[in-house]
Amino acid sequence: MSILVYVEQAAGKIKKTSLEAVSYAFALAQKTGEGSVVAIALGTIDSQELASVGEAGAAKVLHASDERLNAGVIQAHATAVAQAFQAVGANTLILAKSSLGDAVAARLAIKLDAGLVSNVVELPRLEGGFVVKRSIYTGKAFADTTITTSKKILAIKKNAVDQKIDGAKAQVEEFAVTISATDFASKITATERATGEVLLPEADIVVSGGRGMKGPENWGMIEELAHTLGAATGCSKPVSDIGWRPHHEHVGQTGVKVAPTLYIAVGISGAIQHLAGVNSSKCIVVINKDPEAPFFKAADYGIVGDAFEVVPQLTAALKAAQ
Amino acid sequence: MKILVCITHVPDTTSKIQFTANNTKFDPTGVQFIIGPYDDYALARAVELRDQTGGTLTALNVGEAETEPTLRKALAIGADDAIRVNSFPKDSFFVAKQIAQVAKEGSYDLILMGRESIDFNGGMVHGMVGELLGMPSFSPVMKLELEGTTVKMAREIEGGKEQLEAQLPLIAGCQEPIAEWKIPNMRGIMSARTKPLVVVEPTSQETQAEASSFQLPPAKGSVKLVDKDQVSELVRLLKNEAKVL
Ligand SMILES: Cc1cc2nc3c(=O)[nH]c(=O)nc-3n(C[C@H](O)[C@H](O)[C@H](O)COP(=O)(O)OP(=O)(O)OC[C@H]3O[C@@H](n4cnc5c(N)ncnc54)[C@H](O)[C@@H]3O)c2cc1C
Ligand SMILES: Cc1cc2nc3c(=O)[nH]c(=O)nc-3n(C[C@H](O)[C@H](O)[C@H](O)COP(=O)(O)OP(=O)(O)OC[C@H]3O[C@@H](n4cnc5c(N)ncnc54)[C@H](O)[C@@H]3O)c2cc1C
Repeated sequence: MSILVYVEQAAGKIKKTSLEAVSYAFALAQKTGEGSVVAIALGTIDSQELASVGEAGAAKVLHASDERLNAGVIQAHATAVAQAFQAVGANTLILAKSSLGDAVAARLAIKLDAGLVSNVVELPRLEGGFVVKRSIYTGKAFADTTITTSKKILAIKKNAVDQKIDGAKAQVEEFAVTISATDFASKITATERATGEVLLPEADIVVSGGRGMKGPENWGMIEELAHTLGAATGCSKPVSDIGWRPHHEHVGQTGVKVAPTLYIAVGISGAIQHLAGVNSSKCIVVINKDPEAPFFKAADYGIVGDAFEVVPQLTAALKAAQ
Repeated sequence: MKILVCITHVPDTTSKIQFTANNTKFDPTGVQFIIGPYDDYALARAVELRDQTGGTLTALNVGEAETEPTLRKALAIGADDAIRVNSFPKDSFFVAKQIAQVAKEGSYDLILMGRESIDFNGGMVHGMVGELLGMPSFSPVMKLELEGTTVKMAREIEGGKEQLEAQLPLIAGCQEPIAEWKIPNMRGIMSARTKPLVVVEPTSQETQAEASSFQLPPAKGSVKLVDKDQVSELVRLLKNEAKVL
């Protein structure tokens, strides 16, 4: 029995979160002691990039190179992955939770008659059924979920496992897919993606600013701190609501849920809805001038002080330490 | 134009989450239930589109009788009628099956949902219903405009968005800034009492992945404060103690 992993690409590069999904599949195969890991990649990607998926634990990469699949056309991707699943005779599909991954996984659950669990945070337990632990109530709790179907789909949350990097190069095989015109009927007419920056949902370090930053003209210091750390920038909801920052940077209950190693919050009060989006972070640092700000209760480290003084000093101290 | 909007009945975002019965049941003590925030965006946009097209708007929930006040609130905000599938929502697949059945019988042109429920955070019911009905489904949708039978949408992707064009009928899982949340006015609240709310029984009992027990995350230790004039000390702690740099 094989485990299939749907890996996503952005501009020809396999996403880091997808490599984590491959690592998860590898660890799962080790745990069950059966089968090998096969990845399916869609669209134009060079063969070296594809072979490098082996480093995360895939023995083989199926490549459907049809260039119409470069764009994330949901139904077409679902059909292609379903064909790979059948061809490999897989019983489990693993993928990283993402905007496209969620949409594709849901359709595949029906196509393959497979039980789907999302936001999976660790490897399943196998005694007494296939029991998966997932994050619920926006990180405020966990649920043990028993999948009762023979085929299974797991959408993995960031940091569910450490990324494996010491595997051998994978064998790359061209995989022919048959996709109907109906599956391509909806058209993506334009894609706007921030370039040259670290993407927020995938970042290991995030620096976020809140209303305490007073205005968009003050974001230079947030960006500089982020740049020094190789971090992505985020913000609180009011900040994106007023248009100080783009919507895709909004972190929290109704925005992006992040799970970085380090989350630095500057001038954010720490409302429960904001915390819901960051409570899976490994370490939280809060900079706020109000010692009573609720965020300090959720933080590992804090500085009570004026962001306009502390942030430039922190950037300088980080540069000095590098 | 017939629009269906699917509404979850979920704990208010400020709720303290607790479980009972040996961690196998959600404890509703002291919890206020609301329309899911993403469903609230879907509902707000659905009301605007209904007004724009002169169509009808039906609100749907799969849940037990306790969810009726939430459906009544959707009626007060502007839905014309409501349907409740009378069953505990056992898992996402079970819910998707019920929604697909209602949608098939009502032949809706547009089905709006939230991007995800804020209790189980699946983000998958719209895709499942789409596949069950053979309809395209998009999520998370942050803009949705109708031009005849063509639907123009913006869908959020990591670090940006894509512009999409598709044909009705379709399903969209909504998020901000698709519309502004609407607050029911007095007239809405009065008329909601007499608008039809139909209760139907589930047509399938199938499930695939039911939750069996719940846990809370370990309590967070207390914060370590660093003096604002000792910023380099913070860098040292992050490096040597937390080991995150
Ligand atoms: C249903 C619902 C969903 C929501 N979803 C989200 C969500 O997803 N994400 C989200 O963020 N919010 C969300 N909110 C809003 C949330 O409740 C808060 O209103 C919001 O997070 C507050 O943003 P803020 O911390 O930037 O602003 P404020 O609460 O105004 O806090 C500003 C902070 O900056 C500090 N400050 C001011 N000046 C300085 C300075 N010079 N130096 C240092 N610190 C300074 C202040 O002490 C204060 O703590 C939601 C609300 C609801 C009802
Ligand atoms: C007290 C209580 C306890 C619950 N316990 C469980 C449980 O143990 N296990 C479990 O799986 N679920 C439970 N639910 C149901 C849960 O609220 C969801 O309806 C269901 O789990 C689907 O969640 P999801 O996160 O996959 O939905 P998502 O895929 O995240 O939802 C996307 C959208 O689908 C629509 N939708 C989802 N659910 C419904 C619904 N029930 N009615 C109408 N539209 C809906 C909404 O528009 C929603 O925004 C419980 C609900 C309540 C009120």
